[in-house]
Amino acid sequence: MSPRAQVYILAVLLALMGIGLTIYKNRELGFPLLPGEYRTVWTIEAKVSFDADGGPVKAALTLPREQRNMEVLGESFSSSGYGFNIIQQDDEYRAIWSRRTAAGRQSLFYQLDVHQTPGAPLEQPLDLSTEVQKPFLGAREQEAVRLAIYSLVDFARERSSDTETFTTQLLTALGDTGNQDRNLIFGYYKDKSLVDVALLVLAVAEIPAHRIRGLYLEDDRRRLAPEDLLEIYDGKRWVVFEPVSGSPGVPKNFFIWQRGGKSLLDVEGGRNSQVTFSVIANDVPARDVSMLKTSKEKEALVDFSIYTLPIEQQSIFKLILLVPVGALVVVVLRVFVGLRTSGTFMPVLLAIAFIETQLFTGLAIFVLILVLGLWVRFYLSRLNLLLVARIAAVVVTVVILMGAISVVSYKLGIEQALTVTFFPMVILAWTIERMSIVWEEDGPYEVVVQAGGSLLVAVLAWWVMTNRYIEHWTFNFPELLLVLLALILVIGNYTGYRLGELMRFRQLVR
Amino acid sequence: MQGFSAKHLIAKLRGGIVSPLALRRMGVLGMNARNVHYIARYNDRSKYPIVDDKLNTKRAAKRCGIPSPELIAAFETQPSRARVMEVIEPLWQFVIKPARGSGGKGILVITGRNGDQYVKPSGAEVTALDILRHVSNIHSGLYSLGGKPDRVMIEALVDFDPVFDNYSFEGVPDIRVIVFRGFPVMAMLRCSTHDSDGKANLHQGAVGVGIDLATGRSCHAVQRGLRIDKHPDTLMPFDKLEVPGWRDLVRLAASCYEMTGLGYLGCDIVLDRNRGPLLLEANARPGLAIQVANGVGLGKRLRHIEDFDLEQLEKNVDERVDYAMRQFAAGSGW
Repeated sequence: MSPRAQVYILAVLLALMGIGLTIYKNRELGFPLLPGEYRTVWTIEAKVSFDADGGPVKAALTLPREQRNMEVLGESFSSSGYGFNIIQQDDEYRAIWSRRTAAGRQSLFYQLDVHQTPGAPLEQPLDLSTEVQKPFLGAREQEAVRLAIYSLVDFARERSSDTETFTTQLLTALGDTGNQDRNLIFGYYKDKSLVDVALLVLAVAEIPAHRIRGLYLEDDRRRLAPEDLLEIYDGKRWVVFEPVSGSPGVPKNFFIWQRGGKSLLDVEGGRNSQVTFSVIANDVPARDVSMLKTSKEKEALVDFSIYTLPIEQQSIFKLILLVPVGALVVVVLRVFVGLRTSGTFMPVLLAIAFIETQLFTGLAIFVLILVLGLWVRFYLSRLNLLLVARIAAVVVTVVILMGAISVVSYKLGIEQALTVTFFPMVILAWTIERMSIVWEEDGPYEVVVQAGGSLLVAVLAWWVMTNRYIEHWTFNFPELLLVLLALILVIGNYTGYRLGELMRFRQLVR
Repeated sequence: MQGFSAKHLIAKLRGGIVSPLALRRMGVLGMNARNVHYIARYNDRSKYPIVDDKLNTKRAAKRCGIPSPELIAAFETQPSRARVMEVIEPLWQFVIKPARGSGGKGILVITGRNGDQYVKPSGAEVTALDILRHVSNIHSGLYSLGGKPDRVMIEALVDFDPVFDNYSFEGVPDIRVIVFRGFPVMAMLRCSTHDSDGKANLHQGAVGVGIDLATGRSCHAVQRGLRIDKHPDTLMPFDKLEVPGWRDLVRLAASCYEMTGLGYLGCDIVLDRNRGPLLLEANARPGLAIQVANGVGLGKRLRHIEDFDLEQLEKNVDERVDYAMRQFAAGSGW
């Protein structure tokens, strides 16, 4: 196979791999393609409080199970002085706080961060009991209530065709304050909620049903009590109802805490126990959400990547990952334009320095050091030094110049010039050395051409490297480096004319 | 100074750029195509040291019987002051070169003595100390690619054939011949000017004179990209210029193919009054300015040779020279 064909095949493979990984990371792991995408992360805090009796205390709180449209990004527990563990009990998770002695008002906290994702909230195949326990409605004083309940069931049954419509009708009737039967029932069950009553009536109608406890996610809510939904079994599957409106389906912002099951909180050794919730919404960069999500799942692509490095190293890598982009700019400018620069990749190093120093400060400092350095170098050249010693002398001079620039500018109040330290000293010294030779051999004009070319390339590289999209892509999708590599390979095969040659050879055409 | 306006700039840019299609029609070879199609394909890396190091070139030339300027001394390691002085003391004129210098950098020519001073071609005088410093600079790798430590060579100054005296200002005219797979394909004479400060680099203002391969006569001359008829300093018309012993010179260039084994090669040749053509150096990455000097694209000629079959490629030196001189004559449409 010819080298050219190999290059193209390799380039296509690399590009496909890079693009494929990028799409995977975007689609499956949720890394945002564009910078500045934010996701809402809800921080839910459950506060368990009770009055301890002074003896041993044990509090058990049911924890939310994994919900399909809510991604749990992290959870934390706070309970000073309490022993803590999580146990599994009938496919529910419960947090258990325990302590040998406690007295007075106790507060325990459980906090979790969730992120809403699109999709159905609940999984259908659910292993919940469909057994119906007929309520005991035998006592004499309940006769009227019993009749009212039967009447309500008949009323709803007449106006419905199946279990689902029956439930809707029933809930509508229970919400209708003009309904005599309803008023009678609620008058009797004064301390029961709508869902309690609905469960009772549904049990009479022999429809399996249970309660769903949860919260409406709304920003900045404090001391919320859990809200209830109703879930019924229509013979084939479970359907959730919002009790007040009677409409089926889980409301949009509803976070399900507990489905079916028993109590939310059990406290032994305490009284007046209660759970209150508070909800706060945070806008978090989409990438952080993906990172949190994937770190829990131990996604190999993320787990074995630079994201696992400490933050400090990551920020260094952020810069290093931009170097290939700068190299691409150099390749493009040399192959397609034919710019002359001093040192092939020196402009990339300059561009990196510019990123730290800001462009204009960087340019000013570079020109200043170059001019002063050349001046010193011309004197040094008259001292008959060996090359290595002379370059070392220039390095020292450059360092002294950098120090002087920092101190003088600081005294003058020009803080930006302090960033002078980001310039690669040895590279600068070599540049000065090369430039001075170019000056001697080819004259000052060539020095200006080469220094100007280097600066132009450096500025262009800087401009590309500081583009927020480029920054975002290189750091969040390092796989794109493969695409970049493919691009460089293909450019390396370009045999057409350079822009400069169109000018250089113009006389040949005429 | 002309007023600077956007309109003027655009007009200048448009006038200064030609379409790549037109260049392709002319068979002009671009830098990228040269690197990918010719240098990478026909020049074996392992053979670069023969041409990149002038001491190696000299040895190879000697082995192949190709004449080159006489080597007086070579310093492999940093020489002591006494050693250098011992070598240059008896010499009236000489040339100090880095073995691995690129683009003519680091070449110091001494054409005479004036007491303790050494005279450069420009008339400027340098001291023995300056020469020692130059030797030390070469040695530390100041002129070599990547700053690698280099070797110093001291050569006898070529006794130039006076035929070019009127076509050169201060410097030394040399002839560059491009040899592709053993076939000479194009030649030019580089004449230094006052503008180029005695240097023979075209981009510094030297005149490039295209030489007709068939006859050794000038066919085209260019300075700074513009066609000229006379040397700008000596005002000698170029149409009178003819290289003596042209066939020998072309033959010398062609035989460098056997010497170096490089398929795409640039040979720099000077004419000595007594010895005739001498190989100054060979170049594995010859520049493209020769096209401008000749007003002809290289691409067509190279492609012609690329189409050769094995039999044509196995010709000996004389057959190749004959073929090239016949085929690539100026005005033949090539």
